Amino acid sequence: MRKSTHPTLKSFLFLIVIILAAISAATVAAEQAPDRSKAPAVDSPPALKLPPIQKRTLTNGIAVSIVEMHKVPVVDVMLIVRSGTATDPQGKFGLANLTADMLDEGAGSRSALELADAIDFLGASISTGSSTDSSTVRLHSTVAKLDAALPLMADVALRPSFAQTELDRVKKLRLSAFVQARDNPASIVAAAFPRVVYGPSHRYGTAAGGTESSISSMTVADLKSFHSTFYQPANAHLLVVGDVTPASVLPKLEKAFGSWKNGTTPVPKVTLPQAPQHPQRQIYLVDKPGAAQSQIRIGWIGVARSTPDYFVIEVLNTILGGSFTSRLNSNLREQHGYAYGANSGFAMPATPGPFQASAAVQTDKTAESLQEFFKEFDGIRKPVPADELNKARNNVALGFPGTFETTGSMAGHMQEMIVYNLPETYFSGYVSRVQDVTSADLQRAAQQYIQPDKFAVVVVGDLSKIEKPIRDLNLAPIKTLTLDELFK
Amino acid sequence: MLRPLLLSLLITSASLAVGQTRPPSPAPPAQKSDAISVPYKMFTLANGLTLIVHEDHSVPVVTVNVWYHVGSANEKPGRTGFAHLFEHLMFEGSGHVKEGDFDNFLEAAGGDNNASTANDRTNYYINIPSSALDLALFLESDRLGYLLDVVTPAMVDGQRDVVKNERRQGVENAPYGMARVRIPELLYPKNHPYHWPVIGYMEDLTAATADDVKEFFRKYYTPQNATIVIAGDVIAEDVRRKAEHWFADVKPGKLPEPIEVPPAQLTTVLKETITDRVQLPRLYLSWLTPSGYQPGDAELDVVADILAGGKTSRLYKRLVYDMQIAQSVTAGQASRQLGSEFDIVITARPSSDPPERVLERIKSVVDEELEKLRQSPPDERELQRSQNQREAGFFNRMERVGGKADLLNAYYFATGNPDYFNEDLARYRALQPNDIQAAVRRWLPGDRRLEFSVVPAATTKN
Repeated sequence: MRKSTHPTLKSFLFLIVIILAAISAATVAAEQAPDRSKAPAVDSPPALKLPPIQKRTLTNGIAVSIVEMHKVPVVDVMLIVRSGTATDPQGKFGLANLTADMLDEGAGSRSALELADAIDFLGASISTGSSTDSSTVRLHSTVAKLDAALPLMADVALRPSFAQTELDRVKKLRLSAFVQARDNPASIVAAAFPRVVYGPSHRYGTAAGGTESSISSMTVADLKSFHSTFYQPANAHLLVVGDVTPASVLPKLEKAFGSWKNGTTPVPKVTLPQAPQHPQRQIYLVDKPGAAQSQIRIGWIGVARSTPDYFVIEVLNTILGGSFTSRLNSNLREQHGYAYGANSGFAMPATPGPFQASAAVQTDKTAESLQEFFKEFDGIRKPVPADELNKARNNVALGFPGTFETTGSMAGHMQEMIVYNLPETYFSGYVSRVQDVTSADLQRAAQQYIQPDKFAVVVVGDLSKIEKPIRDLNLAPIKTLTLDELFK
Repeated sequence: MLRPLLLSLLITSASLAVGQTRPPSPAPPAQKSDAISVPYKMFTLANGLTLIVHEDHSVPVVTVNVWYHVGSANEKPGRTGFAHLFEHLMFEGSGHVKEGDFDNFLEAAGGDNNASTANDRTNYYINIPSSALDLALFLESDRLGYLLDVVTPAMVDGQRDVVKNERRQGVENAPYGMARVRIPELLYPKNHPYHWPVIGYMEDLTAATADDVKEFFRKYYTPQNATIVIAGDVIAEDVRRKAEHWFADVKPGKLPEPIEVPPAQLTTVLKETITDRVQLPRLYLSWLTPSGYQPGDAELDVVADILAGGKTSRLYKRLVYDMQIAQSVTAGQASRQLGSEFDIVITARPSSDPPERVLERIKSVVDEELEKLRQSPPDERELQRSQNQREAGFFNRMERVGGKADLLNAYYFATGNPDYFNEDLARYRALQPNDIQAAVRRWLPGDRRLEFSVVPAATTKN
C-alpha cells in the first residue's frame, strides 16, 4: 500500500479472471490524442446540499436531531452523553472508558452473552465508547431491524447490569492488554508523549483506558456511580442519521427512551484545569532493544476545540503534516526515504489538547530525521508561498463534501457539532471559512502554536544504536524513561 | 499491502434495491425487492481497456478505481515485493506530469488517492469532486500511457527506501510481524506464487532496478490487463466520452501469459516455533482452502464466524470468556484467486506456565471445538446469525461509492459480471447447517495443517 491506513483484518476475495468482455460491452472507436501539454482545468465543484437537521424533543425532554439519508436502507442511532474521559476523578483514570465498555456486558434482563447473541442475530451492531468530552452508545442497523434493535440499545445505555463477574473478567482482559502495549513501539510512544507533555496527574497525561493500577482499583460501585451521575437525559442527546423520517422514527425513540428520567442530583460540570505548557525543548528516550525503527513524536500543548483559530490551524497543519504532499511527509518520506510516512495533527478537545508530529523512521537515520523535523518546524514559521497556501485551502475545502457520504461519517460530524456546541451554520459556512485563511493568518498561527524551542521530543528505539547520534546533535537535554514510568 | 475489505453480503427479510440513481435529498423509500443490485454500463475502449460506470448522485464526488490484474503472484524469483514497489512508482509522475504533481494536482482539487497490492491484483483509486473527473482521467491515462518516459534509477532508489521502511513498520518492528512472512513460506512450496510475502524480502527490494520496472510495465500495465470503474455523481455517457478522449493515445498491449501454478498441498502437520520480542505467546493454525467463490469458500467464511465472530462464537466463548486463557481469537478465510488460506490466530493470556504448555492447552481446546463441528452441524441460529451479519455488512459497503466501485472491479475480475452482488449474497443465503459441518470435515482436518507458534524471546521482560 502506498500510504498507511488502518490495519487489515482480512484479505480480499477474488478468483478466476474471465477475460471476455461481458454481455453489454460495446466497443468504442478511437479518437485523436488529447492535449497533455497541461493538466485540464477543474471547474468549481458542485455545492454540497446537506439534508436539514430536524430537531425534536422526547416527552422526557431529551433532545433529538434527525438527518435523513435515503441511499441505503440503514440507520445510525447514537446516544451522546456529554461527559467523557475528562470527567474521570484522580486515581480513577479510565473510569468513563471502562463504564462505556461495560455497558454491553449484560443489560436489562439479558446476560452479556445473551445480549451479544441478540444483537449479532439482527445483523446489527451496538458499540459503546468514550472520548475526551463524550460517551456514546451507537446502534447501526438496517431499517428493517430497527424495531427489534432499539430496545436492546436502550437496555445497554440505560439499564447495564455491571455484574461483578463480568467486571472481573473485563479487568483481566484490560490488564493483559497493558502487557501487550509494552511490546509494541507504536503503543509505547503513544503512552509516552502525553505523559511527558501533561504529566501523570493531568487527565491528558494518561491514555483514555487508564493504567494498570487505576483499572485494578475499579469497582462495581465506581461504574454504577459514574453511570447514574452522568448518564441522564439532561446530559444526553439522541442523534438519528439514515433512511428514516421523523414521523417514522420518533414513536420508536419515545418508546425506547421516553420514560428515562433524570436523577435526583443535577449533572456536575467538570472542567479540566489547563496544564502548564511544556517549558523548554527536551528529549525523552525510551529503550526498545533490537528495534528496526525508532518511533518519534514531537510537540507540546496545542489548542481547544473552541479556538478562534480553528480554520487557520486546519490549513496550517495540512501544509505542515496533514496531507500526503505536506512538508513533513515530502521531506522524511519522498526526499529522504527515512520513513514510510510522517504527519502532524492538533487534537482539539474542550481543554487544549496536544499538537504532535510523528514518524517511524529507520534506526540508522534517527538523528538525521530529528534534524529534518526541526528544519520543517522552523520553516513553517516563515511566510508560506501562495501556491502552497492555495493547494492546502482547496484540499481542505473541496474535500469537505466527500466526508458526508455515509451514515457513520455524517453522524460523526453531527456528534462533533453537538458535543462542542458548534453553530447551526457550521457546515454551510465551512468552505468559505477555510478559503478566507490568509498567509498572514498562517504565519501568526505558526509563530504561536509551533514553537520548536519548547517542544517535547520522544523517541522509542534501540538506544545502543541511536543514543549517541542523538546526543551528538546537541538538540536539547536528554532524559531516559522506563516503561514503568509510562504505564503506571 | 491489503486494504481492509470485508466482503460481507446479505439480507433482511425484505431487502431493498440500492444504488439506484436518486436525487440527493429527501426521497421516497426505496422499492422493496429481494434483489440487491448495482446498475452499471460497460464499454470497451478501442485500445482494449474495459470501462465500467455506475451512477450514484447522493454526494457530488466521483471515484476512479483501476484494477491491474497483476500482483505478487506474478513476480519472478529474486524480485519479490516488486509488484508493490512498482505500485509506489505509479505516483512519481509520468510523461506529462512532473514528479510530485500527481498528488499536488489532486490535493488542490480536493481529492485523495491511494493504492494497494495483493497476491493477485493491484488497485488504485482517486476520490475527487465530480467536477474534477477530467483531471483524474488525465493523470490516470498519463501514467498508463507514459510512465516509462520518466522512470529513472534515482526514482527507484527513492521508493525502495520508502518501501523498506514500510516493511520495517509492518514486519520487523511490529509484534508478531515475522509470522506473516514465515507462514506462507511453510504453507506453499518454493516455486508456488504465494510462497513469498507481498511486501517482499529485503534483499530482493535491494536488487530491483529501473530495467525491471520497464519490463514489468510493458508486460502487465497494458489496457488489456486493466479495468477502470468510475462511480459517483456523473452521467455514464459523459464518462464514456471523457474516457475515450483521455485514453485515446494509450497504445494497446497484450494480455500477459497466465502464471503456472504448481500444486500446493499439506499432507501432514507442519510445526514451527519462532521467538519474538513479545510477552504473550501466540498460536496460528493454518489450512489450504478453496479459492474465492469456489465451493467451500462461503462455507468457510461462516465457519470463521461460528468459531470467532463475536462474544458468543465458540472459540471466543470458551477460551476468552469462560476459561480466560486467551486474550484474543480471530478466524478467517483469506480468499484468493489461486487458492485460499484459513487461519485461526489465538494470543494467550499472561501465565506462569511455560509458553509451549500454554499454547498446547489452547490448541487442545480448538481441536475439541473443531471436532464438535465435524461431528454435528451448527445450530440453525448460529448459521443464521452469521448470515444476517454478512448481509448487514453488505449494506454498509454500499454506502460508499468507493466501496461499490472496488466491488464492481472485484466481481468483474473474479466472475466476468461486475454486478455479481446478488449471486454473491445467494452463496451465503443457500447454506444449510450440514454444509458447514461438511466444510469443516473436508477443509479443516486435524492431521493436515500448519501449527505455528510465536513465543517470547528469553529477555523480553521489561
